Amino acid sequence: MLQFARLTTVLGSLAIAATAFAADSIKIISSLPRTGSANAQTTSMVNGIKMAIAEVGTINGATILYEDWDDASAQRGNWDPAVEAANADKAIADKSILAYIGTYNSGASKISMPKLNAAGLVMVSPANTAPNLTKPGFGEPNEPAVYRPSGKISYFRVVPTDDVQGAVAADFAKETGAKKVFVLNDREVYGKGVAGVFEKHAKEIGLEVVGTDGIDAKASNYKSVVTKIKQAGADLVYFGGTTQTNAGQLAKDIVTVGLKARLIVPDGCYEQAFIEAAGAKALEGRAFITFGGKEPKALTGKGKDFYENYKKAYGGEPEGYAVYGYESAKVVLTAMQNIAKAGGKLTRESVLAEVAKTKNFSGALGTWSFDANGDTTNRTMSVNTVKDGKFETVKVVE
Amino acid sequence: MTPTEVFMQQVIYGLSNGMIIALVALGYTMVYGIVELINFAHGDLFMLGGFFALTIVGALGAAGVLDIAHMGDHSNWLLLFGLVIAAGVFCGGLNVAIDRVVYKPMRKSPKLTQLVAAIGVSFIIVNLGLFWGGAPMEVFGGGNAAAASKDFPEILEGSNLLGEDSNIVLRLEDLAIFIVTIPLMIALTIFVKKTRLGRGMRATAQNPVAAKLMGIDTDRVISATFLIGGFLGGAASVMWSLYNNTISFQMGFRAGMDAFTAAVLGGIGSMPGAMLGGVLIGLIRAMSDQYIETRWTNVVVFGVLILILVFRPSGLLGLKQREKV
Repeated sequence: MLQFARLTTVLGSLAIAATAFAADSIKIISSLPRTGSANAQTTSMVNGIKMAIAEVGTINGATILYEDWDDASAQRGNWDPAVEAANADKAIADKSILAYIGTYNSGASKISMPKLNAAGLVMVSPANTAPNLTKPGFGEPNEPAVYRPSGKISYFRVVPTDDVQGAVAADFAKETGAKKVFVLNDREVYGKGVAGVFEKHAKEIGLEVVGTDGIDAKASNYKSVVTKIKQAGADLVYFGGTTQTNAGQLAKDIVTVGLKARLIVPDGCYEQAFIEAAGAKALEGRAFITFGGKEPKALTGKGKDFYENYKKAYGGEPEGYAVYGYESAKVVLTAMQNIAKAGGKLTRESVLAEVAKTKNFSGALGTWSFDANGDTTNRTMSVNTVKDGKFETVKVVE
Repeated sequence: MTPTEVFMQQVIYGLSNGMIIALVALGYTMVYGIVELINFAHGDLFMLGGFFALTIVGALGAAGVLDIAHMGDHSNWLLLFGLVIAAGVFCGGLNVAIDRVVYKPMRKSPKLTQLVAAIGVSFIIVNLGLFWGGAPMEVFGGGNAAAASKDFPEILEGSNLLGEDSNIVLRLEDLAIFIVTIPLMIALTIFVKKTRLGRGMRATAQNPVAAKLMGIDTDRVISATFLIGGFLGGAASVMWSLYNNTISFQMGFRAGMDAFTAAVLGGIGSMPGAMLGGVLIGLIRAMSDQYIETRWTNVVVFGVLILILVFRPSGLLGLKQREKV
């Protein structure tokens, strides 16, 4: 262990020495799950980031380097705590890196947030929605302070959080006429968080919660669990989870077991991979997916430009989170441009301070600001369903 | 649903899931019985069987023989049996090949070496599955996301056999599991009890050196064991795909773990033990999901395993105490 510590110190100083030569370039990196079924979604997000960089070009004559890092491992087929921790360490060691875009999964951010915070490296997440990462009162008593060892806020996100999303889902459940709901989660930070918000809000608006449980994301099927839900008489199932934590199998088993209930899932399932895993047949007319924003083709203003440019550049429809990848890179790069314009020096410190100041940012998601917690003031939510194998928006809540 | 109906339903699901686990467990227990190797690659071999079956289905769909989009509208028993045999032969053949290339040269090495080799083979197969998932076929999502779960088309018609109004759901796929697994288990038992090769297996399991002295070609017996174990794994993978309609390159790990637990629970090395263990684990899982909470299911399964091993260290039907790992 001692030897290992010594080795990392040596490597760290080597990295510092190496970066001295790269003064004329600015580096930003992203840490997203590139291995696994989220790949289509994250490829789309990386494309968005690349578009933002291409639009900005250079800052003060310095080229912007970008590296696309993977925080998943083949063994898990999903984000991996060890890989995310290694990514954070690697980013901290490379002094030319001025911004860290990530992560996709809220659980992964829990690991990198305190590390990056201590190093003063700004982190902008395009997709984390768990409220306890930034807001007190949603998770453990020591959250979110535990993620901010330096005492400063260095984590920002461009996507509305689950305290909004879970509530929108519960309101929508009531609108569909549901009376008894069964709440499941995948026992991960994100899934458990959003399911908790849903449950709380559902009770407030008078829905009866007939049961809650945490499923095993690696189980082969959920027929027994669904049977229990059927016995409980639920007419709606809420699952806080993602495609990677087996939402597709759950949707299938609801059909096989003959449970006549609707299914609502959060934005972790707002990707084509969810439809592929569940099969469109299991979803059409009975599954609803909430998402913290509008579907790409419904974006307006700069968002519409993004959508058109994306299709031109990559020849396909962007996934739901592509625009958030774009927006998170854009907000960082705009901060850097502002520093450069004011004649300041680009350092981790100055970039962090400038990003934190973001007010009335006019971007692809509309005009929004970062609030005192580092969260976006944007609160647009949509409820989507599946039709002909594609997502279709049924409702937008501003 | 009345409590009795709920119980019946859980018995159906528990038994069907358990029978699949039992088939996989047989592969573990047979190989262990003969060469005392815990073949950790078996679960992953099972996974490849699923990919092989989906590839066949995809190829038949592309050739116009199958209409994949409407496969659930009617039952295709011929396809099911064909896939069981094809995937069985594929996995059996592969298992024999792995034994020849990897395990056989190590037969005289310490058991731990072989065990680590098996874990290595398991990693290789998992990555092979990951690679296979990127096959540029319609059924693999066009090969866009190699690691994504794949939708396995329905082979049998999906309506409730007890009538659409019945609270208990019994579908053809539930029955199909029994229709396929029970004859396979009976055939296996007869084979081991009555045939010459089966007797050779039992003799080799008892004492390989003595068996060899008695003129039994132990190498042939070992190959046959890997072949049969692999065949059952391949057959199980088709039943699994039929039952869950989803396959993924990671499914081998959980299936392997369940099956290995079943084999240990029943007494590793004992074939009836593996069958009993598989069915028991399926039932325990279903009952725990219903009457406790699904978040505790793994705790319950392994709790039961530990309890049984405390009182019967060699498992429910295990006869003698064997050392090793």
